[in-house]
Amino acid sequence: MAESLLHIDQVSQRFGGLLALDAASFAAEAGRITALIGPNGAGKTTLFSIVTGFQQPVSGRIVYDGVDITGLPPHRLARRGLARTFQVAQPFARLTVRENIAVGAHLHRPARADALAAAAQVAAAIGLAGELDQPADALTVAGRKRLELGRALAIEPRLLLLDEVLAGLNPSEVRDMVPVIRTIAARGVTIVMIEHIMQAVMSLAERVFVLSQGRIIAEGAPHEIAADPRVVEAYLGHGAAQRMTAGPAHD
Amino acid sequence: MRAAAPILAAVVLLALVPVVTTSSVVLNFLVIALLIALVGQGWNLLGGYAGQYSFGHAAFFGTGAYVTAILQVRYGVNAWLGFVIGIAAGAAVGAAIGALVFRSGLKGSYFALVTLAFAEVLRIVASVAPITGAGVGTLIKLDLRPEAFQFQSRVPFYSIALVLVAISLVLVRAIEASRFGAYLVAVRENEDAAKALGVDTTLVKLGAMAISAAMTAAGGAFYAQYFLFLDSGIAYGPWISIEALLAPIIGGVGTVFGPLLGAIVVKTLSELAKLVTGDAPGLDLVIYGSVLVLVVAFAPRGIAGLIADLRSKFGAAASPEHGRG
Repeated sequence: MAESLLHIDQVSQRFGGLLALDAASFAAEAGRITALIGPNGAGKTTLFSIVTGFQQPVSGRIVYDGVDITGLPPHRLARRGLARTFQVAQPFARLTVRENIAVGAHLHRPARADALAAAAQVAAAIGLAGELDQPADALTVAGRKRLELGRALAIEPRLLLLDEVLAGLNPSEVRDMVPVIRTIAARGVTIVMIEHIMQAVMSLAERVFVLSQGRIIAEGAPHEIAADPRVVEAYLGHGAAQRMTAGPAHD
Repeated sequence: MRAAAPILAAVVLLALVPVVTTSSVVLNFLVIALLIALVGQGWNLLGGYAGQYSFGHAAFFGTGAYVTAILQVRYGVNAWLGFVIGIAAGAAVGAAIGALVFRSGLKGSYFALVTLAFAEVLRIVASVAPITGAGVGTLIKLDLRPEAFQFQSRVPFYSIALVLVAISLVLVRAIEASRFGAYLVAVRENEDAAKALGVDTTLVKLGAMAISAAMTAAGGAFYAQYFLFLDSGIAYGPWISIEALLAPIIGGVGTVFGPLLGAIVVKTLSELAKLVTGDAPGLDLVIYGSVLVLVVAFAPRGIAGLIADLRSKFGAAASPEHGRG
């Protein structure tokens, strides 16, 4: 097993009476694409928020690059090379695409001109070159998803957490986006992606973790996960796996 | 630099006024307009660029004014030195309030209310504290020498006000074109997204507040020298907090020229309203208020926004003799 860049160790989160995460653990290997799947409300985004410092867990540890980063604020984590996208796109709405990405590029480039130039390069790499001077709020859903990705890339991350960057895209937009993500990984960026579109997970991820009701219930290669009865049950309800293998329901 | 040209043009234009007229009515009017432009530019950096709407810029205006006055009156400090210390004191108060407010994560209307509360607390303290002269106020002794930052004529005051406004324009323009400026706007547009990109949003807001407070304190310190009298209502009263935010909002929030445009328009309006209504008490305020409502309703991005819209609508087609603005 390759060295893991991110290790999540027994992380729990509680919102009042709701245990959103129940001692969840998983690891992302350096240089690979890891997927985190699970039904709605399983705690995936909560887990991302904890890893990126937007929330503090009630217990557990986040180890990144061998260092315990639990509780560090988001901007410090970004400086260590940890980037995220938001499930609901969070553009700087009144700024142009170029200016949006430049905010990220500024992390390692104090000069405005350098940041703007780097932004144009990033935009070209993710297919937003034609929209550079459009305000972010004029972009389509697909454009906004690309912008999320572009801004995150602009900080030159080592670890990129993608929270449903394919959600809301039509099949052809998904087909366009998949190679973009693959290219990023090929350049050595470790990726953890939350995704519902299984086709994309199957074609991109090398390892899949399944989160259900705050617990990691399964892990493995994509084809193993797809066949795992626990996973089928998590999505379709108790007994579903049995009924599916038994043929048409008759109760 | 191309970006500096409009600032140079505006300052040169304003600098020519005393050549044309030395009428004390005109100069007095312009000194006040420039004072509001300076105070408003302070508000604009924090409110317009960083998106933190303060209702309490009086806290900084009053601190600049009182520190400058008290240092002279009670400690015999030179007025110019007092002026500089007044600005520094304003920045310190801004940083202190900012540290408290931003670290506790107050945003939006809560931020507005807390800044208002700080200004009001300072006003009440100033109205009873012996050092400010309490109810009697503080009178700076008449000493019409340039060394004492006092002048026979209004022209030097006008020049100093213009220099201060020019500095504020250049400063905000420079910030706009810097990483700090990009971070301010990012914080305004979406604070969480900014954090995720490595922006220390608390520090950025704190920096904005300190610089903002310094500019507004400079206005307060200038006010003290120009009028030579302060009381708690003048220095820390809500009137200046309102002037500070109205000028940029009318002129165009988050633009370099918004506060200056707004200050000139607002002051012109209020003078015209007084002229039209004669001595019917309060009627000028009704007219003034109605115009403000209209501006906010029909030009939400202020005069600067209106000009930009008109330009993009007619700009390409307009012949040179019509192309003004």
